[in-house]
Amino acid sequence: MSPILKITLSRLAMGILTLVIVSVLIFSAIELLPGDIATETLGQSATEETIAAFRERFNLNGPVHMRYFEWLASAVQGDFGVSLSNQRPISELIAQRAGNTFFLAAYAALIAVPIAIVLGMLAALYRNSAFDKAVSGATLAAISFPEFFVAYILVLLFSVTFGWFPSLANVDAGTGFVERLYRTFLPALTLTLIVVAHMMRMTRAAIINLLALPYVEMAHLKGMRRWRVIAIHALPNAIAPIINVVALNLAYLVVGVVLVEVVFVYPGLGQLLVDAVSNRDVPVVQAACLIFAATYILLNIAADILSIIANPRLLHPR
Amino acid sequence: MTDTSDLLLDIRDLVIEGRSGGTWQPIVKGIDLTLKRGEILGLIGESGAGKSTLGLAAMGYAKSGCRIAGGSIKLAGEELVGAPAETLRHLRGKRVAYVAQSAAAAFNPAYRLIRQYSEAPVKHGVMSRQEAERDAVQLYREMQLPNPEEIGFRYPHQVSGGQLQRAMTAMAMACRPDLIIFDEPTTALDVTTQIEVLAAIRKVVREHKTAAIYITHDLAVVAQMADRIKVLLKGDEIEEAETRQMLAHPREDYTKSLWAVREFRRAPRAPDDTGKPILTLQDVDASYGTLQVLDGINLSVNRGQTMAVVGESGSGKSTLARVIMGLLPPDKGSVRLDGKTLSPLNRHRDKGVQRRVQMIHQMADTALNPKHRIREVLGRPLEFFLGMKGAAKEARIRELLTMIELDPDTFIDRLPSELSGGQKQRVCIARALAAEPDFIICDEVTSALDQIVAEGILRLLDRLQREMGLTYLFITHDLATVRSIADWVVVMQKGQIVEQGAKDQVFQPPHHPYTELLLSSVPEMDTEWLDRVLNDRRAAG
Repeated sequence: MSPILKITLSRLAMGILTLVIVSVLIFSAIELLPGDIATETLGQSATEETIAAFRERFNLNGPVHMRYFEWLASAVQGDFGVSLSNQRPISELIAQRAGNTFFLAAYAALIAVPIAIVLGMLAALYRNSAFDKAVSGATLAAISFPEFFVAYILVLLFSVTFGWFPSLANVDAGTGFVERLYRTFLPALTLTLIVVAHMMRMTRAAIINLLALPYVEMAHLKGMRRWRVIAIHALPNAIAPIINVVALNLAYLVVGVVLVEVVFVYPGLGQLLVDAVSNRDVPVVQAACLIFAATYILLNIAADILSIIANPRLLHPR
Repeated sequence: MTDTSDLLLDIRDLVIEGRSGGTWQPIVKGIDLTLKRGEILGLIGESGAGKSTLGLAAMGYAKSGCRIAGGSIKLAGEELVGAPAETLRHLRGKRVAYVAQSAAAAFNPAYRLIRQYSEAPVKHGVMSRQEAERDAVQLYREMQLPNPEEIGFRYPHQVSGGQLQRAMTAMAMACRPDLIIFDEPTTALDVTTQIEVLAAIRKVVREHKTAAIYITHDLAVVAQMADRIKVLLKGDEIEEAETRQMLAHPREDYTKSLWAVREFRRAPRAPDDTGKPILTLQDVDASYGTLQVLDGINLSVNRGQTMAVVGESGSGKSTLARVIMGLLPPDKGSVRLDGKTLSPLNRHRDKGVQRRVQMIHQMADTALNPKHRIREVLGRPLEFFLGMKGAAKEARIRELLTMIELDPDTFIDRLPSELSGGQKQRVCIARALAAEPDFIICDEVTSALDQIVAEGILRLLDRLQREMGLTYLFITHDLATVRSIADWVVVMQKGQIVEQGAKDQVFQPPHHPYTELLLSSVPEMDTEWLDRVLNDRRAAG
């Protein structure tokens, strides 16, 4: 077996193991809640029969480990049970919300990642120049403000003052693709401003780290243009640390967008999670957390595997 | 090219400065240098002499943190000092090319060799990619690389050091430059590999009538390659002469001292009276994963003597040291100190054993914690092994510094970064001595040092051995070092001991064939040496 396949498989196995552990933790949360969930939900006045019916309906009878396996088995098949608050199937509730969240994340990533990497390369090329300092300063400023603040500034500027983009990102299943891009532009821009700094600074640092190496000097001594030296000779060798930071930021785009969704009233997972927490709708919280955890783990595995593939020593063994 | 004269490179009164601590310090102090077409000039000197800086200046290039501060560099009549960056860029790789010291570091690990080969000819508009790749195969063949058709499609890590160095020379030839700067191209190679690379470089440079500046600190190497030799010291020229003249009649004292370095010899030392070896290895096998690196090693080191272990890289010498130190547990076999079997792992050995067996590493740079002052570097083993504290410890640190010939008042509060390479290695020796050991493993301790500095270290180690009755296991690839300090010589190849015996016996014929190969590959101070060895080997088939 090629070493790369071996490493990929072992990373995948580790990822699945991590996910199982996380699912145990998430499931235990419901058990750790004080009191009995049935009486808590139905209130003190509930009769024996209604409580028994509730327990039956939400599968609260039987030993913990059995219930965990049943929950996990259904979750793997996409069935997360029904919501406590409105009795609708959770998978239905989540499907569209998750779609919206992933759409916004992908939108922001497609703007942010190329900008961050190109800015990082330019900053490395013109390091310590006014340009470098301006880029570093601007991106740092953007990351330093709280995201809701950035969001409101953008709304003030682009919706209120110029009126170019809507301040509410209200989309539904019927919204067309282009219309969707237009309505979610401001939240995507907010997220971009928040994630660019980290990725850009890592790109800059990873490339500058390599500039003193003999093969980079060799490229200069072969008479290559400075931009080519950065883009062709340094960047491919700096890719592993950059990929890891990109993955972390992509995960943030999915998991950490609650505030931005709230500001723009965007129907994403974050909103759903906030609502579910305030309604004590535990099964919904569990499902959302599981999706967030899976996103984190998958992106990190992808980053790991990509940085391994980027290493020619592993891709082309002796 | 408008200039038809024979003069290719004309450097006048060149001053290059380097930035250190906020001020510009001269590195090259007003040097003149001329080179005719097709001529090879050897630049020699110790590190810090300005050889590489001067070589790079011939490309109009100054390393970052350096600047060309004055003088003139004319390449075929064209002035490079103050020329626009674009002009210089078009010249680099096309008319003047560079071959770096470590080919493994100077090839980009992300690309195949042939892609890196074609980069300069394609980007300078000399050839199309297809033409360049065809041409590469041709040059690989001229450089006597195995499988010239195929080798270019490998990645740098898939090719051995000697082959990479030849591939790099081929890459430098890609645009058929007028001038190639060779910057210590064989320094990082084993002697047996060096000889092949030297032969290939000389052949291709001569056949294409390419002029070259050959930078090295090894006189015997430069004697094979250069028509003329220029000796540099701390940015100044000491003297310059035609090669034979320079070898036979060096004028300046400094040059003579360079010539004399290899003459340090000490008399063999008898083992102590007990007749019992201090350290024995019996049937030791060791491996990294599935790769076996030591195979049936048997040796015993006599108390008070120096055992030299020689061999090329990959022969298992350093692994041997790791097994003795308990850093790598052997697969089988035993290590005994004074007849008592040692635990295979250092952390299971008692403090007394750990104290008695010490090691000095090749890279003094990385062996010292950059944040520790010398007082702390030497104080820690005193405290750890001997429980010394306060004034007694301070006194002992000063005593150790005196022993390694460094003035305690000057050095005790310095950081490693404030020391020269030789001084750092001395501190490493003192650190080993602090534990009051009986047995010291010296792993290539002089390899990273200039010859004059290295000789100083060898003399110091020799004096300490005489005064303190130490036993050394001296790992090296340099036969000159073996000749100067060894009592007993062990020759290793591919994890096995192929020959061992008293020094005089090993260095006298008849040799084991591998010992013969090693000995005959050591360059000699004779301009005919390379031709002679190549002829002998051809005759022997």
